[in-house]
Amino acid sequence: MQNSETILKIRRLAAKIRKDIVMMIGCEGQTGHLGGSCSSADIVAALYGHRLRHDPRNPKWEERDRFIYSKGHAAIAQYAALAETGYFPVEELKTVKSLGSRLQGHPDMLKTPGVEAGTGSLGHGLSVSNGMALAMRLDARTGKVFCVIGDGELNEGQIWEAAMTAAYYKLDNLVAIVDRNHLQATGPCAERFGIDPIAEKWRSFGWHVIELDGHDIQAILDAFNEADSISGKPTVLIADTVKGKGISFAENVASFHNGMLTKEQYEIALQELDKELESLVSTESGEMKHE
Amino acid sequence: MSRNLNMRKAYGEELVAIGAENQNVVVLEADLGKSTMSIFFQQAYPERFFEMGIAEQDMVSTAAGLAAAGKIPFCSTFAVFMSGRAYDQIRQTVAIGRLNVKLCGSSAGLSDFGDGSTHQAVEDVALMCAIPGMTVLTPCDAADTRRAVRAALNIDGPVYIRVVRNDLPDYTSEAGAALNNIRVIREGGDVAVFAHGSMVSKAVEAAELLSSQGISAKVVSITVMKPFPQNEVLNIAKSVKAVVTAEDHTYIGGLAASVALTLRKSSVPLDYVAIDDVFGQSAHSVEELMVHYGLTAEHIAEKAASLLKNR
Repeated sequence: MQNSETILKIRRLAAKIRKDIVMMIGCEGQTGHLGGSCSSADIVAALYGHRLRHDPRNPKWEERDRFIYSKGHAAIAQYAALAETGYFPVEELKTVKSLGSRLQGHPDMLKTPGVEAGTGSLGHGLSVSNGMALAMRLDARTGKVFCVIGDGELNEGQIWEAAMTAAYYKLDNLVAIVDRNHLQATGPCAERFGIDPIAEKWRSFGWHVIELDGHDIQAILDAFNEADSISGKPTVLIADTVKGKGISFAENVASFHNGMLTKEQYEIALQELDKELESLVSTESGEMKHE
Repeated sequence: MSRNLNMRKAYGEELVAIGAENQNVVVLEADLGKSTMSIFFQQAYPERFFEMGIAEQDMVSTAAGLAAAGKIPFCSTFAVFMSGRAYDQIRQTVAIGRLNVKLCGSSAGLSDFGDGSTHQAVEDVALMCAIPGMTVLTPCDAADTRRAVRAALNIDGPVYIRVVRNDLPDYTSEAGAALNNIRVIREGGDVAVFAHGSMVSKAVEAAELLSSQGISAKVVSITVMKPFPQNEVLNIAKSVKAVVTAEDHTYIGGLAASVALTLRKSSVPLDYVAIDDVFGQSAHSVEELMVHYGLTAEHIAEKAASLLKNR
């Protein structure tokens, strides 16, 4: 068990990430990937806020862990995490998708400090993660690679090529996390492609599988620890999540995959997230007020 | 020129040579190592060789990850799969990230004669040249293939190397160690024939034919298709009365197109020998295919003579 201060710190970061996501999308007619960014925000917060071995002042530190957002359309969640942990000023988040910005619509490793690989064409990131894990093993480095995949992204055949590669090469320094938010761009995953049963698929491909609630920080951290104990095979977390999590009107609504916010929606979202942030204050005893 | 040598063998052997010198060199293969000859590297350095199965897309993205973590991966498979099957992976991750991934397109052009259109890359140079920041190398013989591998190692960024399946005459083994953008294979003053890969030997044969007609033909191998050596090509074009290009590739987006662009402000007449806008097919020999698709010394000589006559 992590102490409650750690959990609280991660939850605060997750709420800040969600708030940053909303502010990056704004309410002036710009679209943004709200749904899939918010569904994975707790996972991203658990990684950047606690689990990842990284140094925001030295993004190329050779002993770092790697984070690959294979579902690159959720980049704004990563930008928020990078800014909130000190890779670049939080103010810079406002420039996202502006001409000349370091913050592109999808992750660009040449432009954004802390982005490890370009993703956006779905299905590539797990293979890229495998390559990094192989290189780290060749160099006898102890870091790990964490790769977040969308459940819609499991439609891509290359994911399953990479799943075979990781198992064949026994990449126990790799953790894949499926953001199982049940919705893809235009509707429910279940009505588009046969991705179920997901856990059985990964198991049969030779992976250690952990199923968990992707919004339960303790469960996420426990799953990372369990992955550390597994040797000789890669681990995948099937993280059950809610698309649009944390923003009431966007939860489980496919149209917020890449949608706009009205002025009213924008303000409701910020109010809800402010309320969440206010609730997440530590008490003298270290107990959380929230819940 | 005295003997025929194999570019694929040269590719595999040179991988072993650079692997001995640089511990960061790793090699990935999509179950064709016995054909691309990357198997030599597997035998020499098994811990740095990754068999990636029949999964070219995964191979290229994995190479991208290896490069992002400091390795220098060389991937090989047939040119048609490298440039086509894995195009998205090359474009999105390798090229946009300017990652240090080397791609060997083996058995390129019509050289995989028996396997037919599905295995004959007649548009790979166009595809690879179209990607911003890609370097495209088209060696003409075994020695130049070795130089291309070594040059690729020393270029910081993505490189595509086009390798032909069949044995080819040795023209450059006596030359220096550096990979030149262009290499004059034979001197001549009336017409310049620019060629790459297997068409260099056809161009040399064409020069012999032209010589018997009293026409002096210069033969130039174009080893770097991108960045295209415009100045060097232009200077040679200005020194002759006509220019012909020759390539085992369609006329779209390849050597003919690059030379035409280079000569856009020049008055030197230009013609080309290339495959039409069509796919290949099976045949019992590469020579049979080259005759069928018009990739012969006679075609080159005829175009050259015609340009000079109509000047």
